[in-house]
Amino acid sequence: MIPLSLSEAQTPTVTTQAPDLDYGLLSPLLVVFAVGVLGVLVEAFVSPQRRRITQLVLALLGIGAAFVLTVVQVGALPAEGAGLTVAFATLVVDRPALFFQGVILVLALVSLLLIAEDRDGEGAFTAQAAAVPGSEEERAHILAGTRHTEVYPLVMFAVLGMQLFTAANDFLTMFIALEVMSLPLYLLCGLARRRRLFSQEAALKYFILGAFSSAFFLFGIAMVYGYAGSVNFADINRAGSEGGLIEGGGPLLLAGIALVGVGLLFKVGTVPFHNWKPDVYQGAPTPVTALMASGTLVAAFGALLRVFYVAFGASVEQWRPMLWVVAILTMVVAAVIAVTQRDIKRLLAYSSVVHAGFILTAVVAASADGLAGAMFYLAAYGFTTVGAFAVVTLVRNPEGGAEAGDLTQWAGLGRTSPLLAASLGLFLLAFAGIPLTSGFIGKFAVFEAAVAAGATPLVVVGVLSSAVTAFFYVRIIVLMFFAEPAENAPRVLRPGALTGTVVGVGVAATLLLGVFPGPVLDNLVPQPEETTAAEGTVPEALFMR
Amino acid sequence: MTSMLAADVHAVTTAADGGVLSYAWLMIALPLLGAAVLLLGGRRTNAWGHWLAIAAALASFVWAVLSLVQLLGRTPEERSVSVHVYQWIKVGGFDIDLSLLVDPLSITFALLITGVGSLIHIYSVGYMAHDENRRRFFAYLNLFVAAMLVLVLADNYAVLFLGWEGVGLASYLLIGFWQHKPSAAVAAKKAFLINRVGDIGLLVSIMLLFTTFGTVAFSPVFGAVDGAGQGVMTAVGLLLLLGACGKSAQLPLQAWLLDAMEGPTPVSALIHAATMVTAGVYLIVRSGPIFEAAPTAQLVVTIVGAATLLAGAIIGCAKDDIKKALAGSTMSQIGYMTLAAGLGPIGYAAAIAHLVTHGFFKAGLFLGAGSVMHAMNDEVDMRRYGGLRTVMPVTFATFGAGYLAIIGVPFLSGWWTKEGIIQAAFDSGGLTGQILGWVTVLGAGLTAFYMSRIMFLTFFGEKRWAEDAHPHESPTTMTVPMIVLAVGSVALGAVLVVNYTLAHFLAPVVGAPHHEFDLVHMLTSPYSLAALALMVVGVGYAWLRYARSEVPVTAPKGNFITVAAREELYGNAINEGLFMRPGQQLTRAAVAFDDHAVDGVVNGVARSVRAASENLRLMQTGFARSYALTMLFGAAVVLATTLGVNLA
Repeated sequence: MIPLSLSEAQTPTVTTQAPDLDYGLLSPLLVVFAVGVLGVLVEAFVSPQRRRITQLVLALLGIGAAFVLTVVQVGALPAEGAGLTVAFATLVVDRPALFFQGVILVLALVSLLLIAEDRDGEGAFTAQAAAVPGSEEERAHILAGTRHTEVYPLVMFAVLGMQLFTAANDFLTMFIALEVMSLPLYLLCGLARRRRLFSQEAALKYFILGAFSSAFFLFGIAMVYGYAGSVNFADINRAGSEGGLIEGGGPLLLAGIALVGVGLLFKVGTVPFHNWKPDVYQGAPTPVTALMASGTLVAAFGALLRVFYVAFGASVEQWRPMLWVVAILTMVVAAVIAVTQRDIKRLLAYSSVVHAGFILTAVVAASADGLAGAMFYLAAYGFTTVGAFAVVTLVRNPEGGAEAGDLTQWAGLGRTSPLLAASLGLFLLAFAGIPLTSGFIGKFAVFEAAVAAGATPLVVVGVLSSAVTAFFYVRIIVLMFFAEPAENAPRVLRPGALTGTVVGVGVAATLLLGVFPGPVLDNLVPQPEETTAAEGTVPEALFMR
Repeated sequence: MTSMLAADVHAVTTAADGGVLSYAWLMIALPLLGAAVLLLGGRRTNAWGHWLAIAAALASFVWAVLSLVQLLGRTPEERSVSVHVYQWIKVGGFDIDLSLLVDPLSITFALLITGVGSLIHIYSVGYMAHDENRRRFFAYLNLFVAAMLVLVLADNYAVLFLGWEGVGLASYLLIGFWQHKPSAAVAAKKAFLINRVGDIGLLVSIMLLFTTFGTVAFSPVFGAVDGAGQGVMTAVGLLLLLGACGKSAQLPLQAWLLDAMEGPTPVSALIHAATMVTAGVYLIVRSGPIFEAAPTAQLVVTIVGAATLLAGAIIGCAKDDIKKALAGSTMSQIGYMTLAAGLGPIGYAAAIAHLVTHGFFKAGLFLGAGSVMHAMNDEVDMRRYGGLRTVMPVTFATFGAGYLAIIGVPFLSGWWTKEGIIQAAFDSGGLTGQILGWVTVLGAGLTAFYMSRIMFLTFFGEKRWAEDAHPHESPTTMTVPMIVLAVGSVALGAVLVVNYTLAHFLAPVVGAPHHEFDLVHMLTSPYSLAALALMVVGVGYAWLRYARSEVPVTAPKGNFITVAAREELYGNAINEGLFMRPGQQLTRAAVAFDDHAVDGVVNGVARSVRAASENLRLMQTGFARSYALTMLFGAAVVLATTLGVNLA
């Protein structure tokens, strides 16, 4: 059992009592978990022909139910205090956790629609990992219905990991969550139907580098434990303000902050821990990329915010310099590299890296506004990016049916498929932060918070970086609408109901959050008077501790 | 010029309590909806679109009448009703409601706009019958009516500005309606550009008001005027005047109005004679409290009005193009109103009264001109008219009624209201009053001359028609509006002025009339007799020149005054010399600077970013081992930063 406080740490208690768990508070997690387990059973017991539909219905229902339960919990939050802890304070139920979980669930639901899109065997996932695409063997598997429907339980487990990641209240739980989230994603990355080797390479790279970063993360946890004598965030926070277990243990905490930071920044994908992103985003089946680019990013930032705002919330001045460096590196390097990208998925990957840099500026603020800005940004970016990847799935090579990633092929798409190009154009404008899109409001919110916290130089870099990113976003729009169609013009699939819904949701969210951000933006964090804090600390009312 | 205006004159604004007034926004919404349907509906609405537009304008008029009735049912103090529609802008302390103010002043305008507007809609059915873009024309007309109503019904300057820009847009679209004609396109652009100058004035004055008072709503601003410095108020007043000059074609922003006659004639009648061009006068009267706190600004208003009054009249005397001659007349008549508005409370009611009657007779004159053009294959040169009275009796009669009204034949509309202005000018006292008064009297004589010139050249004398001209009377849809307007030209003045009906109605907004209505005084005062005498002289001289003697088909060279007047008193030359050419130079310089300096820097930066990108992307080798190395390096940087900064 995990020691709960400094005193208990010194005298560990051993008990045979069954733990008393509040299942009501855990229900959104349990539902997703149960559906995942049930999905494994479905693989074993349901006939191959019915598996896909069974899995899909189960997954959609499960995520939908989890979302409803999450919303119910928002309503049931206690009026006093930031929230509740559950399961021996290993998990919390508070505003940010519920917000991130809700967003993750909706994004997962939308991504599931993309994952499920499978018309005439044109789905994104391989029928059998060993079969050559379009081969007789694959055709036979499709006809026999023996396809990788394990995708659905894998997604459920990944989503469970994401949910846990944002709600974990101690480092060990967070580490478990990290692995629960990551392992299924590694597998999912390797299941692309086209360009099999590419996809497998991406999965392997992601796995190796992920393992590498997990090592940093664990090492950092050990350091922090050495300093605070606990892995619980509230305890670490207390130790940070009152002094650690041992005299002169400061460097332990600092090293712990840095190494834990490395682990989290890897998941977020900031420079110089970003290298996996372009390769993995490009190699993975696009629906999985959509899930990673939206859900994983939200979860990773949820965890990062909780770690830096709660566990290290009393050490703001200690971690700020490091995040400054990372944020500046991220915003500059990723934006510059993105300029010469020729593949749409790689471009979106670098774009995701730059956006992570923008969100870091809000993290640096260490204030209520910073938290609210980051939350809004993540939600806005998540929907836009899912929509953008949904568009990518529709543009195929004229021969072979693989996605046409090469941007030169996208020339003139605005004339042949105006609606599709207009949707992508809207998403790109949102990425660039043009007013009346959610991207503008998000950027405004994070930069405003950063300026208020005295990080003006960071915002200057951010704005300049935005200008660079605007170049390549607008270049695509120009290419689509003002260039002659290319010789090897791609074949644009007519979006089915599922993909159409995803694009529609993306467009609607991008516009709604851009035009009427008020209702969301104003209710993310508690009232301003509760969120003032001493210099160098994060306001207490933001998170449950 | 002492101000009689105090807090007691301005009635308290009350909120609408249900009923017709609460739905005052319908007046705007109906024509706006009409415009939207016609513009978005496309060709499908071609068949019935114009009827929909007329229905929208008429419905708006009916609603205005109902509003008037309800307003009259209230006591005079309660006739100022604010109607909240929705919150328009809320950013920090900047909080603007889209709300409307229905009071005697705004309802007067609303009635004029929707009433005359509806008539002109009807007239346009016949006038534009053969135009394949008739639907678009009606859409713009509806758009104009909606925008103009926003302008006059606004209860704050921000919403007023919305309408102000809206009418500017509608005016631009309608002047350039026949865009295939280069002259029309150029005229539209010219009008738009010159109006921008005025718009900037209005915009800056609104900003000044906001920084001074923290609000742009009428009643709080007017309530706080006394507390503000006179310097600020003078600045605001002069900037408002600049805005008014642009919209109302007053000196020095007058040059666009004559060119604006390139638009279809109903447009000239509605927008560039009866309604939009009077928006400047409305702005000045509405902003009365500001001007009363800034006597200098008021004086400038009267000077601008007087100068334009004469300049417009002189231009009107020399133009051979019937619409341009009438446009000069419009300038001149609005000069009368501006002058009166600059006099303060003593002149407000007179200005508005003249504005209303002018709306009728000038619209009637323009529709008459349009009818003549319609009959003469769109010929506009009056030297090619002549003797049309027998061929076009209805047009002759209605045009004649407008003519008699505008030159100030006693007991017709124009006489009542122009006498009001003349009287107000002399009543304002002092040397200024005398000078302004005599300018208005002289203006009356000039008006008589140029209007008689138009009348005689068009309807009397020899037939100087082009060979293929076969004039005929216009269809009923055109003549009926002309007849209605003619009735207004004859009778409306008496209705409004006798016993100061309109002045008393407007009193809650602009202040009560300063003395009793006195018909005998009006008829026998030396100034009115002088005006009458000059009128007779003007008519007589025009009769000698244009009815008795032969009129050459091509214009004679004329003396230097005639030449100057034909050149619109060199207004365009001045604009070109002072603004256009230096502006073009500036533009060229800016373009050169942009091409070489700015683009050089920008392209240089872009090139270096690209070069950096090409180098940085080499780091993306695709090998997991080098990625791991990068991560290790990153971890080292992060560790070093954290430890270094905190332990150093």
